[in-house]
Amino acid sequence: MTEIRSTACRGLRRVLLAAGVAAALPGAALADVTVGLIVPATGSTAALGIPAKNTAALFPETIAGEKLRVIVVDDASDPTTATTQARRLVTEEKVDVLLGSVMTGAAIAVAGVARESEVPQLSLSPIDLPAGADKWTFRMPQNVTLMAKAVIAHMRANNVKTVGFIGFSDAWGDFWLRDLKALADASGFKLVAEERYARADTSVTGQALKLLAARPDAILVGASGTAAALPQITLRERGYKGPIYQTHGAVTHDFIRIGGAAVEGAILASGPVMVADQLPEGHPVRAVASDYVTKYEAKYGANTRTQFGAHTNDAIEVLKRVVPVALKTAKPGSKEFRAALRDALENEKEIPASQGVYNFTKDDHFGLDQRGYVLLTIEKGGWKLLK
Amino acid sequence: MDSTIVLFLAQDGVTNGAIYALLALSLVLVFTITRVIFIPQGEFVAYGALTLAAFERGVFPMTAWFTVALGLAAFAADVIRDPAARRPRRLAKALAGDIGAPAALLLATWVAVPLKLGPLAEVPLTLAMLALLGPFLYRLVFQPLAEASVLVLLIAAVGVHLAMVGLGLLVFGAEGFRTAPLTAAMFEVGPALVSGQSLWVLGVTGGLIAALWAFFEHTLTGKALRATAVNRLGARLVGIPTTAAGRIAFALAALIGALSGVLIAPVTTVFYDTGFLTGLKGFVAAIIGGLVSYPLGAAAAILVGLVEAFASFWASTFKEVIVFTIIIPVLLWRSLRSTHVEDEE
Repeated sequence: MTEIRSTACRGLRRVLLAAGVAAALPGAALADVTVGLIVPATGSTAALGIPAKNTAALFPETIAGEKLRVIVVDDASDPTTATTQARRLVTEEKVDVLLGSVMTGAAIAVAGVARESEVPQLSLSPIDLPAGADKWTFRMPQNVTLMAKAVIAHMRANNVKTVGFIGFSDAWGDFWLRDLKALADASGFKLVAEERYARADTSVTGQALKLLAARPDAILVGASGTAAALPQITLRERGYKGPIYQTHGAVTHDFIRIGGAAVEGAILASGPVMVADQLPEGHPVRAVASDYVTKYEAKYGANTRTQFGAHTNDAIEVLKRVVPVALKTAKPGSKEFRAALRDALENEKEIPASQGVYNFTKDDHFGLDQRGYVLLTIEKGGWKLLK
Repeated sequence: MDSTIVLFLAQDGVTNGAIYALLALSLVLVFTITRVIFIPQGEFVAYGALTLAAFERGVFPMTAWFTVALGLAAFAADVIRDPAARRPRRLAKALAGDIGAPAALLLATWVAVPLKLGPLAEVPLTLAMLALLGPFLYRLVFQPLAEASVLVLLIAAVGVHLAMVGLGLLVFGAEGFRTAPLTAAMFEVGPALVSGQSLWVLGVTGGLIAALWAFFEHTLTGKALRATAVNRLGARLVGIPTTAAGRIAFALAALIGALSGVLIAPVTTVFYDTGFLTGLKGFVAAIIGGLVSYPLGAAAAILVGLVEAFASFWASTFKEVIVFTIIIPVLLWRSLRSTHVEDEE
């Protein structure tokens, strides 16, 4: 799997011979399928990147009979580093597919490299790209609009007329605020307050007071990870009684750990993997999701699953389907193979994975539908599927 | 906006401001005595909070090992660098201080973690570990550069900051932590609701400022530190060991940083890299005080806290921008008012 360069050294000649072969064949034997995984293992989004990196250790040894070679690199939560790393993977390692990044900004940077060097990218962040710029980019996570619609449908069913928003002052907050605004009129609610904060903020009292003053029926927190708990804790402390919605960025066990009693009853949009065992029998993702969760938690401990890791796993699930198709036309490592992979991604239908069922088309490089999300709530410190 | 909101925001601002005041004080302290602009100050906040959080979860805090490692490194560096340090008496003393003390803490931590002794035992252990780190860092990194320019010292400080953030990620993980509040009490003061935790923060800050004042005014060590701050060479000529002054300054700064971390851990989620931004706000306050004035720095810190609280109410998108913009008029005013002196280089 992850490459181990020869450590045994029986004789100098042998080493020299090996070195000669390695020099003649940069990277790997020709038939290996090479995957470059770019994740933020350090920096501000390390909490998202580390599970993705951990998942890479569970990748299969072979794919469609070919050896799978995975190269994991760290983009340090920095788009510039992500660009450099992606270029290096393409030119030095001759990767067939780029996976990543988990961080929005870095994923957009990788998309640029994927486009110019014509390497298919399976993005682990639901990035927005201008029309046509995503020819080589396919996203594994759910489109924010898809999730926003799920959340708004729930609000509508519960007669919410006014909504307050508090979210990160970054791309993630922007996405949610944009969709909330765009869908407000059609869904019959009014956005009465919009507040922003930063992940590292130590207090959101000011924003919370302003939200309270607007008296919304419900509040949506557009944030991710443990930092998403802070507004909810502050709002509950200040006596807000209405429902609080969270995005799929917040669905991690650490969120419950930090939020404690304050996050009980929160309503969250999520990918199905978080409640794999609660999914009804016969749900199309149940088998893959349970399989992934079992393997991941056996290795890293109970309740360690995250959606970021699941997206990484799904990238491999998708590859398992498209690699055999592409192999019919070309050999891995070639330009033709990469083009064939891209075409196969657009043409293959109904690919089941742990976070939904993928149907990429020429015009839709998101590929997930209503089977790709569930609504959760938090009950007694655990996730509960909302029917 | 009514008076209740003003009171809430003011309370929030003053509480955060008190933390910034502590950081501003230690930045001024370190700068005046050693001329180091101590960027890693914020990391001590994060380390303090995360170490206490580890204790609370019953996880062995790796900070204890870190202290032992740095102690060994500082000991080795001294022995290699300085022949005088190899004399038996000094060697014995250094062994006790550099290896004995961290090892004793490691042992105490190892005993304390499974017992879950509560904050009364865990807070002092956390503070002791981090207070030891300060002087070790000074001896390893800054003491050999003591005569270098402010710029070189600043670059070294940035290096230490980056190393500590990276190590923080490795040791504490990427997720944030909170600790249980020291008190969950709430008091009604007129129309406002005052939390017990913010009273703790204010009380400790006030107490610490008073203690520092007493230390600098009424003890010989404190006076020696002040003398070093006023004139390094002069202080040396009258027999004050300036490197010892540097060690004490770093120990105090590390202790204050860790204490700030312990104080904010129950009110906010602390990540391994939270410290930098918090430290930076303390730095803004210290700059307003000209990096020399304690009372001005402390007052400015409260101002920073208040501006932050009200900015988060009115224009949350631009909060950080507003907070950091305060520094511009101050710098302008300072550069217009003071005659420019060529840098020391």
